[in-house]
Amino acid sequence: MDARPTDPIDQGEVVYRHSGAVRATHWINALVLLVLLMSGLQIFNAHPALYLGSKSDFDAPVFAMRPMMHDNKIFGVTTVLGWDFDTTGVFGLAGDENGHDPRGFPWWATLPGYQDLSLGRRWHFFFAWLFLFNGLAYLLWSLGSGHLRRDLVPSGRELKHIGASIWDHIRLRFPKGDEAKRYNVLQKLSYLTVALVLLPLMLLTGLAMSPGMDAVAPILLDIFGGRQSARTIHFISASFIVIFVVVHIVMVLITGVWNNLRSMITGRYVIAPAEKES
Amino acid sequence: MSSGNGLDRRGFLARGLAAAGTTLLGGCDPLSEQPWVRRILDSAETLTRVTQRALLTPSDLAREYSEADLSREFKANGSTDPDDAGYKAHAASGFANWKLQVGGLVGEPLSLSLDELRAMNSRTQITRHDCVEGWSCIGKWKGVPLSALLERAQIKPEARYIVFYCADDLGETGTEDGKYYESVGLADAFHAQTILAYEMNGETLPIPHGAPLRLRVERQLGYKMAKYVMRVEAVDSFAGIRRGRGGFWEDLGYEWYAGI
Repeated sequence: MDARPTDPIDQGEVVYRHSGAVRATHWINALVLLVLLMSGLQIFNAHPALYLGSKSDFDAPVFAMRPMMHDNKIFGVTTVLGWDFDTTGVFGLAGDENGHDPRGFPWWATLPGYQDLSLGRRWHFFFAWLFLFNGLAYLLWSLGSGHLRRDLVPSGRELKHIGASIWDHIRLRFPKGDEAKRYNVLQKLSYLTVALVLLPLMLLTGLAMSPGMDAVAPILLDIFGGRQSARTIHFISASFIVIFVVVHIVMVLITGVWNNLRSMITGRYVIAPAEKES
Repeated sequence: MSSGNGLDRRGFLARGLAAAGTTLLGGCDPLSEQPWVRRILDSAETLTRVTQRALLTPSDLAREYSEADLSREFKANGSTDPDDAGYKAHAASGFANWKLQVGGLVGEPLSLSLDELRAMNSRTQITRHDCVEGWSCIGKWKGVPLSALLERAQIKPEARYIVFYCADDLGETGTEDGKYYESVGLADAFHAQTILAYEMNGETLPIPHGAPLRLRVERQLGYKMAKYVMRVEAVDSFAGIRRGRGGFWEDLGYEWYAGI
């Protein structure tokens, strides 16, 4: 782990890491996803329960956040596949200035903060269109410019050495020198999964919840196993995106926050010197 | 880069991020109430409506299900027992003397009893009811196609919307202004699955579900499907009705086009 710089040129090498298109679509997407998440939780709060299939079996949600009475006390209970968890103060029953607020997600997680389904829908669908336009721009540009093939699709060699990459990540050892000029295999696979699987899945499961789109393309219902399943998958997929963003931000923080942020703002990235192999 | 300079920049960035966070958490609420923000957000409804209208042909049907798919418990939302003297009197007599009024921009205004509506050609469909809140129930509906009523009433060419006036005072204002109402465009009014239902799950439509007559507009959300329909009116614009947005929930901020 001794990475004492011996060569000042190595230390200062600056590469142009992210193209303008990637930087612009990245930040637009970041803002759009934040608004979609928070307005989505506002919409979820209107009926904070999830089901499987075409219809809602109100007695047996696969997931629910609700206030419940127990021994004359009120609790916030989160139910997952029949298991109840006490989540008082956060989910199902959040604290607010009035004491107790029976709602799925707390005020700080929703847009708007107070309960207003119609306003949440307005935010959600406006930003859903932005999400679509921005996503299409990114995908078309990535295909046309070769970004997808050149920077994101892992090579066979990289896939073979994925075990080594995972081991390096566990030990918090990150690529240096020439290796740091491109995404490592785990980055490639995570970015591909988000861009080509999770985000398109959000759009398609979102459309599957639209009665109008279901009449246009009934196959949406068949793909996801019914409207309520689509709603559940929408929620799970959003949760995976939240997990991705958390890991992404942690990685940005521990691999040099200012260098990473600058590279996503100006494009310029300083390469850490390669370790001298002895 | 000197370290002092770097720290300043870091301080600036950190303050920027903190400000952005505060704005996003607390600032969006007042932002939501700015008329210009609302106008921008509301513009998405037009985009959605135009897009879905372009994609939806008259022959595109909402999925129809089988008897086995029927919900055991079909949730009754909104009003479940209208507190209106006239309505209660009709309900007490099983709507025997009740009549549906069809008027507005029509050549032949109609006044039809339940028996007369039942004597008309009917359509039966098992469809999914999608509430704006997120849940879905599946029910079986039998009723008169709205198109048949509008043709019988000789709807005029200048008519563009069909408005439904209801008996329930969901706004609880105690006046006509608080009563539920809805409107649909002609594309939905003449759609094959758009019916005024008098039966649900093989029985006379129960009061919690909108007796004697409820609208079904299967390619839109539940709030479009007005219950307790008393009067149907063909109009060229709904701008002059109540708050001018075309429906009870629409007047409170919900989309007039509820296809999503």
